[in-house]
Amino acid sequence: MIARRLFSSDRRIAVTIATLLAAAVIVPVLNLAVPADSVFHMPSYVVALVGKYLCYALLALALDLVWGYCGILSLGHGAFFALGGYAMGMYLMRQIGPRGVYSHPTLPDFMVFLNWKELPFTWWGFSSFPYAMLMVGLVPGILAFVFGWFAFRSRVTGVYLSIITQALTYALMLAFFRNDMGFGGNNGLTDFKDILGFNIQSQTTRAVLFSLSVLALMAGYLVARAIVTSKAGKILIAVRDAEARTRFLGYRVENYKLFVWTVSAVMAGIAGALYVPQVGIINPSEFSPANSIETIVWVAVGGRGTLVGAALGAGVVNFAKSWFTGAFPQGWLFALGGLFVFVTLFLPKGIVGTFTEWWRTRAAKREPPASAAAEQPAQ
Amino acid sequence: MLIDPMDMHVPTEAVQAIERPLVVTQSLLYLDGVSVSFDGFRAINNLSLVIAPGEMRAIIGPNGAGKTTMMDIITGKTKPDTGDVIFDGQIDLTQLDETAIANLGIGRKFQKPTVFESHTVEDNVEMAVKADRTVFGTLFSRHSAEIWKRVDEILGIVRLGDHRRRMAGDLSHGQKQWLEIGMLLAQDPKLLLVDEPAAGMTDVETGATADLLKDIAKTHSVVVVEHDMGFIRELGVKVTCLHEGSVLSEGTLDKVSADERVIEVYLGR
Ligand SMILES: Nc1ncnc2c1ncn2[C@@H]1O[C@H](COP(=O)(O)OP(=O)(O)O)[C@@H](O)[C@H]1O
Ligand SMILES: [Mg+2]
Repeated sequence: MIARRLFSSDRRIAVTIATLLAAAVIVPVLNLAVPADSVFHMPSYVVALVGKYLCYALLALALDLVWGYCGILSLGHGAFFALGGYAMGMYLMRQIGPRGVYSHPTLPDFMVFLNWKELPFTWWGFSSFPYAMLMVGLVPGILAFVFGWFAFRSRVTGVYLSIITQALTYALMLAFFRNDMGFGGNNGLTDFKDILGFNIQSQTTRAVLFSLSVLALMAGYLVARAIVTSKAGKILIAVRDAEARTRFLGYRVENYKLFVWTVSAVMAGIAGALYVPQVGIINPSEFSPANSIETIVWVAVGGRGTLVGAALGAGVVNFAKSWFTGAFPQGWLFALGGLFVFVTLFLPKGIVGTFTEWWRTRAAKREPPASAAAEQPAQ
Repeated sequence: MLIDPMDMHVPTEAVQAIERPLVVTQSLLYLDGVSVSFDGFRAINNLSLVIAPGEMRAIIGPNGAGKTTMMDIITGKTKPDTGDVIFDGQIDLTQLDETAIANLGIGRKFQKPTVFESHTVEDNVEMAVKADRTVFGTLFSRHSAEIWKRVDEILGIVRLGDHRRRMAGDLSHGQKQWLEIGMLLAQDPKLLLVDEPAAGMTDVETGATADLLKDIAKTHSVVVVEHDMGFIRELGVKVTCLHEGSVLSEGTLDKVSADERVIEVYLGR
């Protein structure tokens, strides 16, 4: 069953899991236990940077689940990421308590500034960590479920669906920019002090957040992998390739879409929630359509429909971005666009897809009699 | 959680309440006065057709006669403007969607072979085998020896056993046709709608396909659309000739092919 699938001895799973587990342990050790003057010391800024990439990788994985396996090109996945981030941010704001600039016992600074007298109902409960964590999954999940319920049932597909996902994130961005929404408006939520009582700035807390991000990515990978290797996963691919045909076989396509779409949104929300304490801020620009489009590029570069590729793509592209914005601050958007065009034209299967294909043809050439076996799909 | 609203309002009760004549209740498929227009063009025009349980019927007609559109109507892809489409003597198909109709037991092979190209041949068949089709059912389904036994059987019947691990997209046109027929069999429907199964096949393949369909017809009701007269003759069943969206002639192949109006639409232009 699921458990068997999760722990099946497939090599790609084993390598991925081993790498992630090693990273979860080794990176914090190199950061905390190795003295700063050692060559093996991992500087804190690197931990923070890679921690951020890990959250992006989880977001990319979530997108790959719907785009790579079910053909739903979401141009608004950043919305689910941002909503998860806001849920976490609200908890962190409530943790500030009376330590804000205005020293108000309950209200966050921006509410005092707006002359608000009490906490709006949207903020109720967010001082509780379990409640906030529930909202991290529930808010993106419910939004995705409702959105998907209408969109998939009325059979909105292709470009039209992409456009309305884009409109969704854009609308949310405009809404969150408004001060009277009560989420900090333009400035968003920031100046966090601690999380579960631990100083959010401390090296140890950051190392723990890093490890949690690795574990979240690993869990996300295992869940996604379990879905795509199940029989339901075969149906998802069938929907991607020939949606109408799948209906004539008696599968209720809209329910399959709704399922992965919702799972994917929850994953994206969790990614956002881990991102916010590591970068120390969440503001409406996270809803910006450009962010969602960038996520598409990560997945395309790494390899659509490969899961590992999506996560890898997020890392590679963001690494390039960090380097590029340092070297040529104005050039990044052009480089990103160029990269997308290059990948679309020359590497349509992305890094991992191309590599897998190359590996398979090589294996097939080596053992000509076993060619039938070599033609088995990589999944 | 993911309750299927279509399952909830299959209007069998309401439909049963209406008294229907014997010809309806005793037929497997009953079309009466069906019309559909696309932008003012009447593709199906007051079409009436009755298929008895267990019957195999061949449908012929020139290109554009409305044969495929008729299948679209039966399978819920196209909603008719007017007319009755009754399945199994009581179920009004015009109220249902493709999924619901497929699950009632109407399977379809398309004119252009449509298989899942990035799945293996065996996976194509496995997905078609009658089994739980809900999201959670497939998500948590275990490897079922029963299903795979059925897959083996079907791959044997459609002679694709040696190709089972190939990608369906890599098959030849004829093999795709056979795979699709295999998927149809796997669904084990009460009624099979087979649109041009011999298109693009060699004579040998065409003969084998006719034999296969005759075999299937022993245990299923089948409606076959085909152009190839040799193929139709091979089947040796009642023939309906469609023209401009309605029935032009019906009967044995000899009777239909002797019908002057049929000769006219086939040769007269
Ligand atoms: N969805 C559609 N939109 C517009 N015209 C259609 C559509 N489906 C079929 N037609 C038209 O209806 C007529 C009948 O087509 P079809 O049923 O495919 O014929 P056949 O299968 O008998 O060759 C054709 O003229 C075709 O162009
Ligand atoms: Mg046709």
